Amino acid sequence: MNFETTIGLEVHVELKTKTKMFSPSPVTYGAEPNTSTNVIDFGFPGVLPTVNREAYRLGLMVALALHADVTKYTHFDRKNYFYPDNPKAYQITQAEEPLATNGWIEIEVNDVKKKIGIEEMHVEEDAGKNTHGDDGYSYVDLNRQGTPLIEIVSKPDIASPDEAYAYLEQLRKIIQFTGASDVKMEEGSMRVDTNISISPIGSDKLGQKAELKNLNSFNHVRLGLAYEEKRQAQVVMAGGVVRPETRRFDEASGETILMRVKEGKDDYRYFPEPDLPAFEIEDEWVDQIKSEIPEMPDKRRTRYINELGIPEYDAGVLTQTKEMSDFFEATIADGADAKQASNWLMGEVSGYLNANKLDLLETKLTPINLSTMIKLIQDGTISSKIAKKVFQETIKNGSEPKAWVEQKGLIQESNPEVLTPIITGILDANEQSIIDFKNGKDRAVGYLVGQIMKQTHGQANPKVVNQILMAELNKR
Amino acid sequence: MSNLKKDLETLHQELVAGDIKAADLVEESLDTIEKRDPELNAFITVNDQQALADAVTLDEKGISDADKLAGIPIAYKDNIVTKNLLTTAGSKILSNFQPVYDATVVEKLSQAGMINLGKTNMDEFAMGSSTESSYFQPTHNPWDLDRVPGGSSGGSAAAVAAGEVLAALGSDTGGSIRQPSAYNGIFGIKPTYGRVSRWGLIAFGSSFDQIGVMTKRVKDSAYILSAMAGHDIKDSTSSKQAVPDFTQFIGQDIKGLRVAVPDEFFGEGIDEEVKVQVEKGLKVLTDLGAVIDHVQLPYTRYGVPAYYVLASSEASSNLQRFDGIRYGYRAEDVKNLEDVYVKSRSEGFGPEVKRRIMLGTFALSAGYYDAYFNKAAKVRTLIKQDFERVLADHDLIIGPTSPDTAFKIGTIVSDPLKLYYKDVLTISANMAGVPSASVPAGFDSQGLPVGMQLIAKRFDEGTIFKAAAAFEAATKYYEVEPSFKGGVR
Repeated sequence: MNFETTIGLEVHVELKTKTKMFSPSPVTYGAEPNTSTNVIDFGFPGVLPTVNREAYRLGLMVALALHADVTKYTHFDRKNYFYPDNPKAYQITQAEEPLATNGWIEIEVNDVKKKIGIEEMHVEEDAGKNTHGDDGYSYVDLNRQGTPLIEIVSKPDIASPDEAYAYLEQLRKIIQFTGASDVKMEEGSMRVDTNISISPIGSDKLGQKAELKNLNSFNHVRLGLAYEEKRQAQVVMAGGVVRPETRRFDEASGETILMRVKEGKDDYRYFPEPDLPAFEIEDEWVDQIKSEIPEMPDKRRTRYINELGIPEYDAGVLTQTKEMSDFFEATIADGADAKQASNWLMGEVSGYLNANKLDLLETKLTPINLSTMIKLIQDGTISSKIAKKVFQETIKNGSEPKAWVEQKGLIQESNPEVLTPIITGILDANEQSIIDFKNGKDRAVGYLVGQIMKQTHGQANPKVVNQILMAELNKR
Repeated sequence: MSNLKKDLETLHQELVAGDIKAADLVEESLDTIEKRDPELNAFITVNDQQALADAVTLDEKGISDADKLAGIPIAYKDNIVTKNLLTTAGSKILSNFQPVYDATVVEKLSQAGMINLGKTNMDEFAMGSSTESSYFQPTHNPWDLDRVPGGSSGGSAAAVAAGEVLAALGSDTGGSIRQPSAYNGIFGIKPTYGRVSRWGLIAFGSSFDQIGVMTKRVKDSAYILSAMAGHDIKDSTSSKQAVPDFTQFIGQDIKGLRVAVPDEFFGEGIDEEVKVQVEKGLKVLTDLGAVIDHVQLPYTRYGVPAYYVLASSEASSNLQRFDGIRYGYRAEDVKNLEDVYVKSRSEGFGPEVKRRIMLGTFALSAGYYDAYFNKAAKVRTLIKQDFERVLADHDLIIGPTSPDTAFKIGTIVSDPLKLYYKDVLTISANMAGVPSASVPAGFDSQGLPVGMQLIAKRFDEGTIFKAAAAFEAATKYYEVEPSFKGGVR
């Protein structure tokens, strides 16, 4: 029997705001436990929430970037459950009237383009964190409590683990370009829950789905779903039934492991949050946010190809992250040649980042320094060999390229009046090489250039050296 | 004459003139509490040392004419949080709770120089109409110590009636200011929902709860409400509506005041003597020039069941935070997390609170939400429309505050439904969010106070103050003192 796979993804994304969703305490990452909190975050008796308008604005921006319909009349709801990291014992969320509905993302898998629908997306608050100490006690840190989140729920349009991977990549990229979130899975600012079911091909009924949670990377999502696809098929082929259960992905074995079987539906007793009045999203506000959305990656990519003449593959890499793309744009805005800038970013810069496991913005390289360096190469002030030295210096120590090459005396020598006596001197000292050259041995030229470079400490302009050398050789 | 029997304006003038000191008022308050509270049990916590210290500081600083409220003793219902002063909401689960911040009302009135004498007794989490469900024992009614003071703000009402303080704040979710005010022969106003910040009020039914003020004299409440009302950025449900000086309405005549009297407020289950007293009251108003109209509010009969579904639903969620983890009572002998929750809450909440948590949890459950919560929410809308219709061409709706006068302690505590119906006349104003007050309207044949309820349009507390003050001036029921009869001596 052959099966079709149906995958649903629920993605939580932390919105990048200074303060929390419903309280004025700061949003921090990695602060001392319970220091970024106030009485509201602790759910003290008598406290009340207030809405962070900036968080809602960022949520709207993401919704618009995902082509979703913004809900005009909306309110918050309470989702009730007990847990120590949930101090009010309810989470303020949007259940009835979410932020937006009916969005979509276009993905490309094996050169086939496909639209994946987004059912709905809503704004809510994050919970704190529980940790279990070796001393037998459990600890609660409420720093994260109240951090603004949007949850993005896909339609059951995703038909394979590869599509799920492509959807996540594309979603991450779009949100990153809006600037609404860092979308870093390793820091928890993007979290993915999945569900997957299989059904016989042609069946119009979806199979029983299982949930897959605790996924640390997109790759784990793909591997976990692939395993799950196979496991469910085996269960059904063996005459069994897939149970409604929650599983996790085990990195070491590459398998999914049962966490718990779901019995009945959780009852969160949702009801409208009485502490926050219902509100209207004004059209003018939506229009304004729409006008503020930065250019999306696909648009940039097309522009790089068509207007800057960047090869398709390179344009794709440059628009993979907003950091890289913004860096590229700032570099060419300062006057660097676009193709050169692209080559440097894709080559030396990426190599350096990978070797040192750094993000672009964690280095000391600036778009101005990169562009200055590229210009120095182009106007012949430095050789591309010297440029590599300059690059290492400027990315590690932030040195200004022009000042540094001047200070270090690395400026390329192109003046024939300086170079000619050196070259004739070297020819005088290497009679045998001249004879070899005359006998058609090209290797001799390479040897002579090497001698010239050695004597000029690599600063001689190779082009000029070549011209003078050939002229001098022909004279003899 | 004892100072605390004077009105606020007189006291203020004497304080400004230096005839009395704020410290004298606090001493007198504390003496009265010492004398009366062993019988009344109106206070859970007396703030004696801090109150005296604050009064002395104020006296040293001096009181100017602009500081209308400075030096006046006030008490706060124990569900209004006070920084570093025990705040229990009448519950074992908060019996050790010291808040780290002041409620906005406390902050504002302290800023105005009022002296906090302490925290008053109440039904646990404001759930009740008799103050009998308090973990800290019932409060007794100063007019008859064998009777309840009403509730849930029973401690505040008894403290004011007994002259322990000049004023007290209460909270009103379904009548918790007005009914005890009626039972104690004092004035008490529940302002429009949104008029006063709820920041620092321990929530019961968030969409109903409103803080109000209780005093013997109408104008005293007008002074205090003017000072504590207004928008608060910490409470999104507080209104940006401008707050007038409510004292300007005191002394205005009420000629031509259009009064609606709903038939439903004089129907079945309303005590005959109460009806007679309120009808007498209406006659007084007519003599003063008011025009009476008889009207119908047909949906108010569904008010009690709808209210108990909605308020209990909100309460079931609001009270989940009391889990023994971060503050308040935590059960001992626990093995795991579930034990902490189940035992702390089982031991920390009393039976009435548990009953309402169960009721509310049920009403919100999947499969029952539409039949209960949603249906009740629709009833609420209909009641709101009833009020809007009648108030469109009337200035006030008037009727009794409570169907009866104070009942004997212990007589209906075991019959929750009967107790719930004590709120039948007050609940509608909370459902509609409109302002409503109880003004003393005389006494029944046993000498127990009767209250008359005045309901106005949203944000029209001014008309309530105007009519209540005119009525007070014509009747002077405040001159009758409670007898402190009964009780075990």
